[in-house]
Amino acid sequence: MAEKTSKKNLRRTITALLSTSLLLLALFSALVYSQPLPRNETIYVGGGLWSPPNNFNPLIPWTAVTGTNGLIYETLFAYHPFKDQLIPWLAESGTWVDSKTFEVKLRDATWQDGQPLTSEDVKFTFELAKQVTDIWYSGIWQWLDHIETPDAKTVRFVFSQPHYPEWAYDLYTIPIIPKHIWQSIDKPLEQANLNPVGSGMYKLKSTTENQFVLERNENWWGIKYFGKPGPKYIVYLMVPSNNVALAMLARGELDWSNYFLAGIGDLVKTYPHIITFYGKKAGHLPANVAFLFINNQKAPLNDPNFRKAIAFAIDVDSIVSRVFEGSVNKSNSVGYLPIPAWQKYEAVDLEQKLGFTYNPDKAKAILAQAGYKDIDGDGFVETPDGKKIQLTIIVPYGWTDWMEAARIIADSLKAVGIYCEAKFPDYSKYYDDLTKGYFDLAINNFNSFASPAPWTLYNWLFYAQTPPIGQNSWSGNFGRYNNPEITDLLNKILTTPLTDEATLKQYYRRIQEIFLTDLPYIPLWYNGYWFAASTMYWTGWPSPDNFYGVPVTWNGNWQHGGLMTLLNLKPAQQAAAPPQQAQPAPSAPTAPAVDYTPYIVAAVLVIVIIVAVYFYLRASKKKAPSEEKKQ
Amino acid sequence: MRKYLLSKVTIYAVTFFVAVTLDWAIPRFMPGDPIAILISRMSTLPQSAQVLYSYFYHAFGLNEPLWKQYLNFWAALLQGDLGVSIYLYPRRVADIIFSALPYDIILLYPAVISSWIVGNLLGALAARSRFLDSVTLPVFYFLNASPYFWLAIVLQWNFTVTLPVFPPSGAYTPGHIPSLTLDFVVDFLYHYILPFLSIFLVSLGGWAIGMRNMIIYEIESDYIRYLESLGVPRSLQLNYAFKNSILPQITGLALQMGTVVTGAITTEVVFSYPGLGYILMQGILNEDYFLIQGCFLFIVLLVLASNFVIDLLYAVIDPRIRVATVGE
Repeated sequence: MAEKTSKKNLRRTITALLSTSLLLLALFSALVYSQPLPRNETIYVGGGLWSPPNNFNPLIPWTAVTGTNGLIYETLFAYHPFKDQLIPWLAESGTWVDSKTFEVKLRDATWQDGQPLTSEDVKFTFELAKQVTDIWYSGIWQWLDHIETPDAKTVRFVFSQPHYPEWAYDLYTIPIIPKHIWQSIDKPLEQANLNPVGSGMYKLKSTTENQFVLERNENWWGIKYFGKPGPKYIVYLMVPSNNVALAMLARGELDWSNYFLAGIGDLVKTYPHIITFYGKKAGHLPANVAFLFINNQKAPLNDPNFRKAIAFAIDVDSIVSRVFEGSVNKSNSVGYLPIPAWQKYEAVDLEQKLGFTYNPDKAKAILAQAGYKDIDGDGFVETPDGKKIQLTIIVPYGWTDWMEAARIIADSLKAVGIYCEAKFPDYSKYYDDLTKGYFDLAINNFNSFASPAPWTLYNWLFYAQTPPIGQNSWSGNFGRYNNPEITDLLNKILTTPLTDEATLKQYYRRIQEIFLTDLPYIPLWYNGYWFAASTMYWTGWPSPDNFYGVPVTWNGNWQHGGLMTLLNLKPAQQAAAPPQQAQPAPSAPTAPAVDYTPYIVAAVLVIVIIVAVYFYLRASKKKAPSEEKKQ
Repeated sequence: MRKYLLSKVTIYAVTFFVAVTLDWAIPRFMPGDPIAILISRMSTLPQSAQVLYSYFYHAFGLNEPLWKQYLNFWAALLQGDLGVSIYLYPRRVADIIFSALPYDIILLYPAVISSWIVGNLLGALAARSRFLDSVTLPVFYFLNASPYFWLAIVLQWNFTVTLPVFPPSGAYTPGHIPSLTLDFVVDFLYHYILPFLSIFLVSLGGWAIGMRNMIIYEIESDYIRYLESLGVPRSLQLNYAFKNSILPQITGLALQMGTVVTGAITTEVVFSYPGLGYILMQGILNEDYFLIQGCFLFIVLLVLASNFVIDLLYAVIDPRIRVATVGE
């Protein structure tokens, strides 16, 4: 009898546990209670959010959520890289009054809490970096002397030694923060700033662990200058993989994608509502240059001839066509993006004279001439003094396009007799090896973005204060190429006004000459501003005929045109019905339709059956002992 | 009872100390530099990167000698401070873990408990008839031997790619806002099925096999033989056997808890289910020492605590222990 009750108790406990867990389930699924957003007023965006949105601090922009700088906080200018225009944003104008004084006139702007945005705020933003020297732009005070604010609308930056191209870059990247809020904040770099108050066109509405929602600021100061942005709500999604993004785009659940989507050509053909920047033609605007980094400190890679042989051996065209399906372009020999600010300094005649193209025979000839011969007969060359050459090329695991490119490069090199193997370490290992200089060859493009001057590219590639191998490099000089002449030229460029083009041309020309002769690194192709959009709910996307900005939402890139895109978007006339596929898209996992009914019914049935069996067994068990008792 | 408790607590304390020390040490032996990775996500001027690097290096105390970092870690831990995450700077690790925990609880406990119940029933059933036994046993062994992540991948492949019935990943469709609407709950459950199944099925096999073996063992024992000679019907004999077999299964539940937690973690990684496992994976990929420490600490605590609770329960349930330690 006692045992029977204990068994009952056991069962009761289990039932209690089960029911509590179900209750918990119900409770936790209600983490946040909110109304669904109206679809025709909401834009769904993805491609620039890779970790849970938990930080809206404009002073730590790399971990801050994308859009913190741009949508919530604003910069003095925006920049259109394909028209080389600094577009006045918070500033009405910016002019060099004399060679050391830059004067900014502000527009009538206000903060989201209604306070006016004045020259004091601008001054405070810059001077904060003087007190808190850990702010990323604090280095500016090595060449900025002081800031004057003659009146509420005027800011005068007085420099000790202006760094012209760096200043142009700073004008559209440093976000202006409200003095009345931040002056009382202790340790500004340690704030998550979850209730951001900026001056921008959107306010933060809510966050969950994989998305955040912004709401239009109806009192935005810019409405009288720029008009109102189209979408009332922006839902920015963190999608676990590019394939999921692709499926969502196909179903009209994602309006604006800045993911790299393989098979974009098939996608625009298959789905009538999906477009790229070029409409129905698959292609991407160039965003930055992917370089093959070479370790210049390691034999035989320290030999310019050997590096040149590598350059002639690599078949970039086949990378562009096989990996990117022709949606990006091959880089020129000097690694200049096809944007006006850079092209005007490109020395095309030098490229024709000293540049390289895919030519395996020439690569072999260069190797032979420099004394690299196959001594042991394995089909691969050895160094002139008889050492074996075994190179590796690294790219992060999971970056599928680069992985494929690295394989092609390794094969190209083998084809001319240089043994090379592609390796795919985890991102953290890749980055560690890259910055510490423990690599032979690697692909990287982290800081070759479009900018107002090629100086930013060179400053990254040839940063002079690169520590020796084994310590972290801050810059893109991963291969530790060292050339005092280039350092000197870069300093001269830094201190030459952007308007003095004749002088700058000479400097840049000389750098290109050294670059092409030494070839420390090899420019490969232009990675794109990956962009695809759905016209199901929103129209007015930029196109070659209506090129008001680059439709990019990556962190730190909103000023290149993401902002202008929002201002130009209009709701589509009628929300079209979900599109019919002409054919199943190959790589897109076809996600389920909204109709769950059959599955729910099936699940319920299964549960009922299990329960029924359980009770049946119990009953039959119970019956037995009761029969016993009767006897 | 006191002696029993004391010895258990000591064992758990030592285990905890060793586990936590390893937990601190292992991430630091990984190649790579968490701060460099953090800064690599910002495309900025090298001039700025240098400033940032030194700031964070000091802010996270990574400039201290290792022994001091270790002491700092214990000091913080004893104050209940798990530190600040590097990858999700400036969020506190404890915050991150607590926002992820609900998903683990939702996934783990229902799956473990229901598989325990169903597994025991199926095992008892299998022991009843030779035919059922020979049909189900291979299936149970197969399930029991399959790794959690492997079964998860198999389920994912079969039911999201080959047969697109279920969503491939996440706790709910991206774009949905968590709320108590029917729409969301349905969506949530829909995403819940596959991760749940992959844990449920694997543990099911073990329970069923254990139960079956126990019952067969019990049937061979003297008291059942005695009952048989008295002419007691088979069903009653089995009933007694079942009762005696359930005890070791409860212990099994405790021992399984450890592997189930790790199973849940790998399952979460496969399905990008935003619980501890997923967070831990992100932490490892980003070399986030503090996040890895925090997650492992929690897992260790979870395993130790569930074992401890079962130990106590056992003392209550099993008269032999009760008598030995309390002296009824």
